[in-house]
Amino acid sequence: MIRRLSLTLALAGLVLAPALRADDSMPPAPWAYRQLPDAAQEAKAKALMETLRCLVCQSQSIADSDASIAGDMRSQVRERIAAGEDPEAIRAWLIQRYGDYVSYEPRVTSLTWPLFAAPLVLLALAALLLRKRFTGKGDGA
Amino acid sequence: MLPEIGLGLLWLAAALAGLQLLAGAAGLTASGQAMAPLVRPVAIVQGVLAALAFACLITLFVETDVSVKLVAENSHSAKPLMYKIAGTWGNHEGSMLLWVTVMGLGGAFVALVERRLPERTMLATLAGQAFVSLGFYAFLLLASNPFARLYPAPEDGNGLNPLLQDPGLAFHPPTLYLGYVGLSIAFSFAIGALVTRQVGADFARAMRPWVLGAWIFLTVGITAGSYWAYYVLGWGGWWFWDPVENASLMPWLAATALLHSCSVLAARNALRTWTVMLGVVAFSMSMIGTFLVRSGILTSVHAFAVDPKRGSFILALLAIYIGGALLLFALRAGTVSEGERFNITSREGALVFNNVMLSSILAITLLGTLYPLVTEAFGAKVSVGPPYFTPVSAMFALPMVLVLLVGPLLRWRRDGLGRVKAQVVGPVLIIVICGVSAYALGVHALLPLLGLAVAPALIVASFLPLKGRNLRRAPLSLWGMVVAHAGMGVALFGMASDSAFSLERLVAARQGETVAVGPWSVTLTDVGPVSGPNWTAMEGLLQASYAGGKPVVLKPQSRTFWAPLQTNANSALYTRWNGQLYTVLGEETVADNGAARWQLRLWWKPFVPMIWVGGLMIALGGFLALISRVAQDLKRRVAQAKGDFRREAIAKLEKGA
Repeated sequence: MIRRLSLTLALAGLVLAPALRADDSMPPAPWAYRQLPDAAQEAKAKALMETLRCLVCQSQSIADSDASIAGDMRSQVRERIAAGEDPEAIRAWLIQRYGDYVSYEPRVTSLTWPLFAAPLVLLALAALLLRKRFTGKGDGA
Repeated sequence: MLPEIGLGLLWLAAALAGLQLLAGAAGLTASGQAMAPLVRPVAIVQGVLAALAFACLITLFVETDVSVKLVAENSHSAKPLMYKIAGTWGNHEGSMLLWVTVMGLGGAFVALVERRLPERTMLATLAGQAFVSLGFYAFLLLASNPFARLYPAPEDGNGLNPLLQDPGLAFHPPTLYLGYVGLSIAFSFAIGALVTRQVGADFARAMRPWVLGAWIFLTVGITAGSYWAYYVLGWGGWWFWDPVENASLMPWLAATALLHSCSVLAARNALRTWTVMLGVVAFSMSMIGTFLVRSGILTSVHAFAVDPKRGSFILALLAIYIGGALLLFALRAGTVSEGERFNITSREGALVFNNVMLSSILAITLLGTLYPLVTEAFGAKVSVGPPYFTPVSAMFALPMVLVLLVGPLLRWRRDGLGRVKAQVVGPVLIIVICGVSAYALGVHALLPLLGLAVAPALIVASFLPLKGRNLRRAPLSLWGMVVAHAGMGVALFGMASDSAFSLERLVAARQGETVAVGPWSVTLTDVGPVSGPNWTAMEGLLQASYAGGKPVVLKPQSRTFWAPLQTNANSALYTRWNGQLYTVLGEETVADNGAARWQLRLWWKPFVPMIWVGGLMIALGGFLALISRVAQDLKRRVAQAKGDFRREAIAKLEKGA
């Protein structure tokens, strides 16, 4: 948590927040720092973890954070994957628990559709611009 | 005394910026022409004063004068000298002072050396530069005074965040700032040209070295920042699409587009309005980035309200500068003709395509960065992260890279694809071969697969413009282009390779235990305590052997700093030609049978250093181009001076005769 926050502040050269520490009194969750023995399952878990947000960090996924909550969430994800759950079902469960904020993969909703429309609009705009620039009026054509 | 002197210097510099603006504006009118000769000297003195004020602040940090609030909050007497100096800009006020210093020095440098443009345009440019500086001086003096005293003075300072106590990071912010603020010069040139309506090839030639310079610093800054994040954060990630990273990427994208449109304008006198527009956009992106980062709005819309003074101040500056520049653009763009026309299959056509794609990536990055703020204002928190940014930007980057394979081979104005067909066969074959072999190697994810297929082709295609030329006589700027484009390919290969081939091992290891990761076998031989100037650490001793070869020693540490109190994993890396072994020592865990175990995180990352090697190649390419442009200009100036001298001598002789 501190790391990512500090990265942000550091890159910015901002005043640094007073140091916070994760609660170290508890031992880390069982699968926080261990991989699943099944490589295919681990790859699935890893792919999912990379798209889940560490809730107390700034812009870090749970796959690359030392915060204890990130460790707990990694452990949860690995356990559920090992139990045979579908990654998208786990994401849905986490969203239900923590809100949309937890997933880095925005869903298309009434609030987020412009995010998905934008690339298409840009593509159309680019095509239009290039067309306008290069049809008919060129002196070399 | 020193803080008061620094503050005084800063007020003086601000006053001179005001004078520079007034004199420059007056110099443009018929009645105020007498003021015009003032502008250049005032710009120079203003820059020097700002630099002196900054020197005062550095001295205060070096001496750890804790009676100054900023020093007390951000420094500590036990810190190594380098980090005392770096601490000067590792905070809000200091970095803003660095900002105005770079702006002032940039303006001074322009005033000192730039003689190519008509004097009227230069007056408008320097007045524009002063206008922008003035806003930032006001922000510094009224809302973030770096020289404020603290009473009573504490015994010692709070210290600097340990993560910042790293050589890479000490010089990362100033590099990036030189880039951000260097773009202010392009901005001022654009304003100057709009005011006097003189946009043409000369304008582009005058602006290009400044854009190149800023762009080189941005490239180096982003590359260094990415490598720093990679080895300091301890999880092997190198780009997070973090808003702060995006804040540095957006000016870079705009500057890259500007650089390319500048060369079209310089060579062919085309794309006039577009180039001016990009000049305005590039620095606007620097300012938006600064606003996002400085106002605290990134952490949360609500954090903005915690310190509304600063946030609103920057927001007002943004509105004035960006809004003002765009208004000027809207008023004047109609009177600036678009310039020469050209065919789509031409060098200009390819560069326009590059510009459109870069601008689209810029738009996507801006949208994705701001969107969570918008939804939060509506009461819903969403995250926009790598799963959005990566594929969407790739959607535009991939066509751009494909056009880049042929673009540099095309002639200006008008060309046919038939002429370059023979040369392009090679790269196309490489794409097919690399794509098929990567698939056979088990790379099935779309983006890494495309990356691995296209990157080698790009590297080879980058060198094609040199084909058939005498390599020693090829102009340096051509070499610059070749090296920078090849660097793109190299970096792309590193990125694709990282996501396609990286191997991870997370284990709790006993002393003496050997862990395999890819071709490496890593043995944890010992763990013991070590200490540094302001930290203590547990240090692991790892013996790593690649494919059964001679073992190398790595020493990852888990460091605990005491001012401020914080624990950090200090990764240890071993670089081979074909990749990097990345090791991290975590916490001690006790197994069921009571034996001590240590968490180890190991990664084998094939070809990952190519990301940063590529980044540096891109910067080197820019540097070669810059040298070439400056040398050309000097040569031209010397020739002109010689000619003037001879003409004068002849005139004298004739008079005498």
